[in-house]
Amino acid sequence: MELISPTEFAKETVQSVQDYSLLAGRSVANLFRQPRYFADMIQQADLIGFGSLPIIVLTGLSIGAELALNSANTLERFGSLSLIGQLVSVGMVRELGPIITGLMVAGRNASGMASELGSMVVTEQIDAMRALGTDPLKKLVAPRVVSTTFMLFFLTIISDLLGLFGGSIVSVFLFGLNWHQYWNTAYQALVFQDVFMGLVKPLFFGFIISTVGCYYGMTARGGTQGVGRATTQAVVASSVLILIVDLFVTKFLMAVFAYR
Amino acid sequence: MIEFENVSIAFEDKVVLDGISLRLDKGETKAIFGIAGSGKSTILKLSLGLLKPDSGHIYVLGEDVTEMREEQLFDLRRKIGIVFQESALFDSLTVRENVAYRLLEEGNVSEDEIEKPVREALSFVELEDTVDKFPSELSGGMRRRVAIARAIITHPEILLYDSPTGGLDPVTSTTIIQLIVKQRDVYKTSSLLVTHRLQDAFVMATHYFDRKANEMRPLPPGARGDVPMAFLILREGKVIFDGDAHQLAQSKDEYIREYIS
Repeated sequence: MELISPTEFAKETVQSVQDYSLLAGRSVANLFRQPRYFADMIQQADLIGFGSLPIIVLTGLSIGAELALNSANTLERFGSLSLIGQLVSVGMVRELGPIITGLMVAGRNASGMASELGSMVVTEQIDAMRALGTDPLKKLVAPRVVSTTFMLFFLTIISDLLGLFGGSIVSVFLFGLNWHQYWNTAYQALVFQDVFMGLVKPLFFGFIISTVGCYYGMTARGGTQGVGRATTQAVVASSVLILIVDLFVTKFLMAVFAYR
Repeated sequence: MIEFENVSIAFEDKVVLDGISLRLDKGETKAIFGIAGSGKSTILKLSLGLLKPDSGHIYVLGEDVTEMREEQLFDLRRKIGIVFQESALFDSLTVRENVAYRLLEEGNVSEDEIEKPVREALSFVELEDTVDKFPSELSGGMRRRVAIARAIITHPEILLYDSPTGGLDPVTSTTIIQLIVKQRDVYKTSSLLVTHRLQDAFVMATHYFDRKANEMRPLPPGARGDVPMAFLILREGKVIFDGDAHQLAQSKDEYIREYIS
């Protein structure tokens, strides 16, 4: 393996951050510039949103069920099994729903975007697009950013609801809790701040997934090996960024709402 | 049509072009030669503004592309067609959508309106029956011809060919060369042609396109030099030859003699 000097590494890192920031900034600015590719946005929304539905349904259901299963044991010791609905709903809506959905979509779509755009780069299709008078940032990046951010918001809502449903199945069939009681406590436990926090996060995560996926795709170099490397890096970087941004957004919103 | 003034560019400390100057006149076709990595394709990308030089100026159709922003370049690029080395067709689009790409992107055209120019462009490269196929269903030579159709559909003022015959069999290569000669002699388009195959350029310098017979024919004896064909050879980032076929054949430079032998 080739050794790289610390100065060179620092330069490359700063350059990457600068390039990523430029791409992310332009993808937002392009929303206000002509032409806008609505057909591409709808196509991407279908691929990202509808295409991710099976995996989101599965993970939402299982995370909710597992959360109920794991917490039931502890709650039972304190004779508070009836609070299980409250615990699942707050846990899913505020934190687990957005983060699990974000990570699943990052694994599925950041990799997809990086490999698709990376293949286009190494086969000169991106150069051909520019040569034919089309801005790839408008045609390829902006529709992916809009669609991912928009669809992740709704995928998170679906994941939250299915998580609650998964928790209810475990609570009712394994712990004999009353169906009505579960849903009532789950609903009562939620306040505006929880829902707001849970629905703001996917907007950040969707933006991160799409911009990171597109960035690694557009900067792929070195043939098929380079595309493979870009794909892996896109998933790793978007997942890590989601976790870091989640921490800061949670802390920030807690401070804003003077959280209990 | 295109003018380079002391253009230099380096990639990761490797100097590829070192202060080169060249000129492409109206209606002229200039073949660029050089060993792999000598910067031939870079010249084409610089002409389109796909790359920016480290120093020097590049004038295309009277505009300095080195001073233009990407947004401004899109308008200029509409007047230039390019055929990439590996065709660079959009693999998720059909041949029709690839050829019509520029028209569709410019907007305000219906599906019916694009049909005629697409058919015309594909008929020029004799591939009308592939209109509904995807690039992956075509051979290398057919892809190259579709790329030519995509480049010429808007009748650009300048055409750039990046190794259009690279990796093709002799028969398909001759077909491609015939198309380039047809474009030069019938539509009088100015072109830069990057190639490794010296024989292709010599064929272009010694043949003309006969419109009546619809085929390429050798120039009559004594008419050599009547076609607007020039040669440019690159070596170690410098232009070591820029002239016509006759001057090339007369060159005393050892490297050039070895190159053309």
